[in-house]
Amino acid sequence: MNKNLTRGLWRENPTFVMLIGMCPTLAVTTGAINGLAMGLATTAVLIFSNLIISLLRRVIPKAVRIPSFIVIIASLVTVVDMVMAAYLPDIHRVLGLFIPLIIVNCIIMGRAEAFAFKNPPVESVFDGLGMGIGFTWALTLLGSVRELLGSGSIFGVAVMGQHFQPVILALLPPGAFITLGLIIATFKAVELNQQKKLAGGLYGAERSVSDTDKLSLSK
Amino acid sequence: MVLKGLFLILISSALVNNFVLSRFLGICPFLGVSQKIETAVSMGWATTLVLVVSAIVTWSLEQFILLPFGLEFLRYVAYILVIASMVQVIETILAKTSPALHRSLGIFLPLITTNCAVLGLALLVALKSYNVVEAAVFATGAGLGFTLALALLAGIRERLEWADIPEAFQGTPIILITAGILSMAFLGFAGLVAQ
Repeated sequence: MNKNLTRGLWRENPTFVMLIGMCPTLAVTTGAINGLAMGLATTAVLIFSNLIISLLRRVIPKAVRIPSFIVIIASLVTVVDMVMAAYLPDIHRVLGLFIPLIIVNCIIMGRAEAFAFKNPPVESVFDGLGMGIGFTWALTLLGSVRELLGSGSIFGVAVMGQHFQPVILALLPPGAFITLGLIIATFKAVELNQQKKLAGGLYGAERSVSDTDKLSLSK
Repeated sequence: MVLKGLFLILISSALVNNFVLSRFLGICPFLGVSQKIETAVSMGWATTLVLVVSAIVTWSLEQFILLPFGLEFLRYVAYILVIASMVQVIETILAKTSPALHRSLGIFLPLITTNCAVLGLALLVALKSYNVVEAAVFATGAGLGFTLALALLAGIRERLEWADIPEAFQGTPIILITAGILSMAFLGFAGLVAQ
């Protein structure tokens, strides 16, 4: 159960490792609050879709499982959309189109197919919760970095002092791609550094392997 | 006058508000199916076909079923079901009528169901209350813009294979940054159409 929860946080993080659900990740993260809200909305759908699909896994025939998943997920998203429109109208307006697009977020379909359809309800709920939190923190981090660079604040609180020149680019569409690229590169650099420390003298051998990999790829 | 309006919709959806690079719709195939120009272009055409057909079908669904019967709350479920089954129908028709085209586009068709550009476009058409011709033109522009973005990125990626990239940037990071620079170039179209 513990493993199901932590899997999505880091090792199989949907955003930084699996690179799925990229559309909302890039589109709504102009600020930390938007990223957090999108993450939580997706988490809510993910937990309930995992629960329902897991409960119905012996009822749904295998041949029509994909259409069934779609109907369940689309219904849940409709509910989340209505709840947000009623209680959080401001955030609902900002996230706009990307709330209904939670339906086609590959994370939800992916977890339904890869996990919930094969595992009992409790595990599935924890899997959904873990993946959801992993997605949420990734979006919040990306939103925070872009907000910090683009408007000098985090969660709407100014932190950069009055002489700060905002980098508007970070808030524009290119900023989304570039910031995410830089964050993933940073994580990769840290990981490579640790690997090198662990490998020590073996580093030379490892390097030549990665070079042959590159050659075979370029063919 | 009508033609001018349609032309503006086409340019705006293909270049100014490019679906991939400025609306962030269809990022998964954009990053996933852009290793080679040929596959990228095939994916682009397949998506364009689905976009145009689904725009017309969901428009009819909205006008003739959802609105008259007050079923707007079923919009998401109805749209996604119609899109999913329509992709199946297109695949079957293609397999029967032109096996060659089916061989080159066939493998992409199932993937397109979960391409958020298709559902996103259907919802945008409903949001902007376009008529059926405008919807079809909007979808064509979106498809062309998607194909263009995909082909451009694939072209750059073919070159990147030979570049000496720092280890930490290999793979995804450099692709994302390349996409960022492409998107920056597309910002240059922003003044083209006053919206």
